[in-house]
Amino acid sequence: MEDALVFTYEVDGDDFTRAGEASSDVKNKLKKMGVNPQAVRKVAIAMYEGEINMVIHANGGKITVWLTPECLKMELRDRGPGIENVEKAMEEGWSTAPDDIRSLGFGAGMGLPNMKKYSDKMEIETVLGTGTTITMEVNL
Amino acid sequence: MNKFERSVRLMPELCKGCINCIKYCPTQAIRVRNGKAVITDQYCIDCGECIRICQNHAKVAVYDSLDSLEQYEYTVALPAPTLYSQFNNLDDVNIVLTALLYLGFDDVFEVSGAAELVSEESRKYLKENKDKWPLISSACPSVVRLIRVRFPNLIEHLIPIDPPVEVAAQMARQRAMEQTGLPSEKIGIFFLSPCPSKVSYARSPLGKEKSEIDHVLAIKDIYPVLLPFMNEASKSTLDLSISGRIGIGWGAAGGEAGGLLAESYLAADGIQNVLQVLEDMENRKFERLQFIELNACHGGCVGGTLTVENAYVAKTKLARLRKYQAVSLSHLEDQPGSATYWKKPVEYEPVFQLGKNLKESFHMLNQVEEYCNKFPGLDCGSCGAPSCKALAEDIVRGEAKETDCIYLLKESIHEISTEITQMTTEALESDAGDSGCIHMLQSFICQIADQMERLDSHMEVFHKKEEEEE
Repeated sequence: MEDALVFTYEVDGDDFTRAGEASSDVKNKLKKMGVNPQAVRKVAIAMYEGEINMVIHANGGKITVWLTPECLKMELRDRGPGIENVEKAMEEGWSTAPDDIRSLGFGAGMGLPNMKKYSDKMEIETVLGTGTTITMEVNL
Repeated sequence: MNKFERSVRLMPELCKGCINCIKYCPTQAIRVRNGKAVITDQYCIDCGECIRICQNHAKVAVYDSLDSLEQYEYTVALPAPTLYSQFNNLDDVNIVLTALLYLGFDDVFEVSGAAELVSEESRKYLKENKDKWPLISSACPSVVRLIRVRFPNLIEHLIPIDPPVEVAAQMARQRAMEQTGLPSEKIGIFFLSPCPSKVSYARSPLGKEKSEIDHVLAIKDIYPVLLPFMNEASKSTLDLSISGRIGIGWGAAGGEAGGLLAESYLAADGIQNVLQVLEDMENRKFERLQFIELNACHGGCVGGTLTVENAYVAKTKLARLRKYQAVSLSHLEDQPGSATYWKKPVEYEPVFQLGKNLKESFHMLNQVEEYCNKFPGLDCGSCGAPSCKALAEDIVRGEAKETDCIYLLKESIHEISTEITQMTTEALESDAGDSGCIHMLQSFICQIADQMERLDSHMEVFHKKEEEEE
């Protein structure tokens, strides 16, 4: 993306309390930019879900955001175990989150479905044992 | 009517230009310019944090004085439940209410009575609007103002019912007109408030054109003049109270939620905690909750800046007072339609947007990032902005200059000094002490002097003080 503003965020896989920092930062940038509230909401939810997934399932990773006045593109790259069955993972309510995570209110199986729902374009590249890269785009 | 009305004012003669207030302001509404704090109207949400933090007492709240009672033929006091929590060993609110009559009011109308009606109406609204769960309380004007400027997506979650004080004002005026036959303008409705935020509400309400509250008095002003009448009032106490424990509970954090009888709720107090909850709510963290109660002040309304008692002591006193009370004394059944809804919607005010349109704002955001990379990221506040990022935004908005950053200025002075040293060394070694070289040196020294002067301007106040002492 030419002339895009690029932001990168390291997502710490060990620290639950910090999950959501990256999406909060992007959200506030979009508000400063005057992006319409509906689009801000879409980005916030899609990115937050992605960020939480990276912490729960993949021991963290790196998020890159490309921002233009027309579109926000984000790439969430993790070094996790990969997704065994992408089709299943996209189903609402299907989750592989462990019990301790569920007890915190996460792991409802809505992560990927919500990311799909709130982004205008989404691609998943996953290699078992190596990691997953999810790319999402939201039109502003 | 100014839609960005605020009740916090600066006393320039007391302001020393320190950075405490700019650091604590939750919406970054304050800058130090030319040695004095400056508040920007549209960012200020009237939370009172700057009043609390200012050690020089240079921030004050504006409100009305008791003298304004004389403007009316008939006056009604609307005591906030917080008022009761200011007294020691109070076991009957009727004593306070009677004392208010002795003080000179013709009638009293408890805000806590109206609060019970609002609770009842809110219970109905909660049941009928499951799609908007979690609902957010709209009683704290600072919270509503914060949502209005920073959380556009949460506006629809606000309960669109007028706050108890407004309902009380409407009912009190109605009652006074019926009882006295006087026209509305001869009746003065006085709210006894724990905070400046309600002063702004009365002048520029959210959710309606005009408030029925005529004047707002500070509890800290009322308390000392009311005390002398308390003894007398306790001897011949009139039965004036119209509220039970639900109404009085509204004075402290968690009280409104308690009155809602919601199964799952969250009650947060203190503006920083409120901000965190709203951020989390935007990320849909609280999807399973029915209700979220938010109070800008720690402890709830008892923590307002216009009170005299410590917030936590006040909270305990309120709890003690509620112990032997009926659950509720005011009911919608007896006063149908009294808990009114907003007449006009609260709309998003994108005051933090950088430019006039998306393209311009994008360009400006780009510049902000570039400046941020240049600045040291220490958020020292010496430039008068609360953070390096805020300075970057100010520069992009045309309200500050790059050289306001004393670190950049210092670096530049170092660079010039190094060049001078190099030049002199070279000149001495080559024995070329001609006039051209001296001119160059002179121009470098001038640059240093220039930048030192800019550095001085950051410490203007300090210098002025020195001069005065001399």
